[in-house]
Amino acid sequence: MLRIEGLTAEIDGKEILKGIDLEVPTGEVHAIMGPNGSGKSTLSYVLSGREGYEVTAGTATLNGVDILAMEPEERAAAGLFLAFQYPVELPGVGNATFLRTALNAVRKGRGESELDAMQFLKLARQRMTALSMPEDMLKRGVNVGFSGGEKKRNEILQMALLQPSMAILDETDSGLDIDALKIVSDGVNAMRGPNFSALVITHYQRLLDYIVPDRVHVLMAGRIVKSGGPELAKELEAQGYASVQAAA
Amino acid sequence: MPAVTETIETVQSMTESTYKWGFETDIEMEFAPKGLNEDIVRFISAKKNEPAWLLEWRLRAFAVWKTMEEPRWAAVKYPPIDYQDSYYYAAPKEKVGPKSLDEVDPELLKTYAKLGIPLREQEILAGVEGAGSTPAEGRMPIAIDAVFDSVSVATSYKERLGKEGIIFCSISEAVQNHPDLVKKYLGSVVPQGDNFFAALNSAVFTDGSFVYIPKGVRCPMELSTYFRINAKSTGQFERTLIIADAGSHVSYLEGCTAPMRDENQLHAAVVELVAMDDATIKYSTVQNWYPGDAEGKGGIYNFVTKRGACRGARSKISWTQVETGSAITWKYPSCILQGEDSVGEFYSVAITNNYQQADTGTKMFHIGPRTKSTIVSKGISAGHGQNTYRGLVRIGAKATAARNFTQCDSLLIGDLCGAHTVPYIENRCVSAKVEHEATTSRIAEDQLFYCRQRGLTQEEAVGLIVNGFCREVLKELPMEFAVEAQKLLQISLEGSVG
Ligand SMILES: Nc1ncnc2c1ncn2[C@@H]1O[C@H](COP(=O)(O)OP(=O)(O)OP(=O)(O)O)[C@@H](O)[C@H]1O
Ligand SMILES: [Mg+2]
Repeated sequence: MLRIEGLTAEIDGKEILKGIDLEVPTGEVHAIMGPNGSGKSTLSYVLSGREGYEVTAGTATLNGVDILAMEPEERAAAGLFLAFQYPVELPGVGNATFLRTALNAVRKGRGESELDAMQFLKLARQRMTALSMPEDMLKRGVNVGFSGGEKKRNEILQMALLQPSMAILDETDSGLDIDALKIVSDGVNAMRGPNFSALVITHYQRLLDYIVPDRVHVLMAGRIVKSGGPELAKELEAQGYASVQAAA
Repeated sequence: MPAVTETIETVQSMTESTYKWGFETDIEMEFAPKGLNEDIVRFISAKKNEPAWLLEWRLRAFAVWKTMEEPRWAAVKYPPIDYQDSYYYAAPKEKVGPKSLDEVDPELLKTYAKLGIPLREQEILAGVEGAGSTPAEGRMPIAIDAVFDSVSVATSYKERLGKEGIIFCSISEAVQNHPDLVKKYLGSVVPQGDNFFAALNSAVFTDGSFVYIPKGVRCPMELSTYFRINAKSTGQFERTLIIADAGSHVSYLEGCTAPMRDENQLHAAVVELVAMDDATIKYSTVQNWYPGDAEGKGGIYNFVTKRGACRGARSKISWTQVETGSAITWKYPSCILQGEDSVGEFYSVAITNNYQQADTGTKMFHIGPRTKSTIVSKGISAGHGQNTYRGLVRIGAKATAARNFTQCDSLLIGDLCGAHTVPYIENRCVSAKVEHEATTSRIAEDQLFYCRQRGLTQEEAVGLIVNGFCREVLKELPMEFAVEAQKLLQISLEGSVG
């Protein structure tokens, strides 16, 4: 379970998160919606420990453990996964090498045994088939020359391999074609269960038709201004953020 | 804290404790007295029981050396070297082949163990009789000529190679057993007076490897030398000579680690390669000598002359180097492309960290028609490291339709290091084509964060990204070396973890 209380954070001296309170109980999927620049990605970076984002007040715990004091890699080992809004390219680093290094790093951090090349390949192939990803993507450089949608799919592949207990998906749906949206959603839904929670950041209600959230939160100007059930997303789609703003 | 700052600090916090292979083996040495003069040259020659012509050859080199001055054009700085304050000959006393590892000096075995050399190879290195007759399963067999300090302690796989008519032995043995070959080719690529360090080497070289691959033979295994610098204050003057006769093929690996010490140590090796018609020589190096501590104290001075002559038509010489060690690296593996359609290649990774300085590159001399050369250089600077690529592509008037492609990429980690690219191009042939590309980049914060979010530590992330940056070069290395090299890259950039 992810619990955030009174979280404020700034970057370069500018306060972006202005007191976030949020709870994602284990086994639940919550959605975060909000206008551009409201702080959604910032929240994901603060939770995953990106440099330059300074927490000025508040707490965040994952399954009872204070994650804000941890290094990014420790948070990953603790089960936190971030699917990036803009996946990063690593020229020359083979996707397979990267995935295996990451998987083994996380497994090591969790006290599990590392996988050898063969075991890894078997697992990776399985997961890729499920995501309709061609196998040659393993050989290519990480995200290098990948199309927008391919990059997003590669993020979901990583999630499927790393088996996090808490995944933050930052606009994983943007750039996906209709079929890909379905495939990726299936990938996320396949992970749903009593030991998995997710925070799905999106601009589009459509994604939430596939990944039906337990709760929807609206983030505006660094604060959660409204929370509700899946119907809230439909409301927003119909009326825009102005209605929420007026109410808040 | 911005990632770049942290990376700088990580890199800066590197201390000598991260040099995992710093240790010194205590084996009884037989020293020549300190200093350098004609008598020392005679002493070395006599110790090695050399024929008169070779003594003469050495003395000529010494005479030339005395008239020469240390080169100053490289972008490296170091205090003056006192050539009289060094030993020029040291040999381990143990000479007879032991029956098993139990009989081998335990100090030597410890050294091998710290180097991570597998047991079987340890046996071979230590010259255990009968070792190495069956290669370890699933591995490309490797024949090793161990240069422990100056004298080859052991050579292996000799019999198997002998069946093919391949000669792989120490150069001292070659002088005794194959004097005609040595006399014909020694100094034929790097003449005694070629440069200051080559002249010094020619005068006092103590050992090194000799390889001859006969006509049409494809060497069935990688040939390998583990270089070790061991005795305190013993300059290392290796001399390697590889001859690939017409239509032959050989891959040679040179790998080195050295013990830690305070004094700077001079190393001035000479490597000569000769490739005849349709012959191919692939020469790979992983160099990991002690780079000095975090303040730049100590470390090896590595002044090497490596040159290959593509004498024959369609011959090919390929240099691949991964340079992570040494306080100073001064090294320009070169190719003389004489034979028509001959090919020269240079793939290089050079890392400079802390106060390391590297001035390295290649020279490609296009003499014959349709000769072709490829240069791929990857320089990585961190800490206060200074990394210079210095390359010369010279195309002679007769090198019609010659082609060169050069790519120099620099990666900077931190703000205190430097990368410099100094390409010289001299083209006397209108039909030749020369291309040069250069880039400079930094490890981006988002790349590091991406990796760390996936569970990698900062060091692992840097290692992974650097390995990616060097991929084009690393893929040229033989498999076994590539793995070692990847680890080395990460270790060389590792901070004191924790
Ligand atoms: N280095 C910085 N200095 C100042 N402001 C910054 C800096 N980095 C980000 N911001 C600002 O922080 C705010 C929140 O950005 P964030 O990326 O979290 O928004 P978002 O909700 O994810 O938006 P989008 O829907 O467009 O992805 C934006 O106004 C952005 O300009
Ligand atoms: Mg965003």
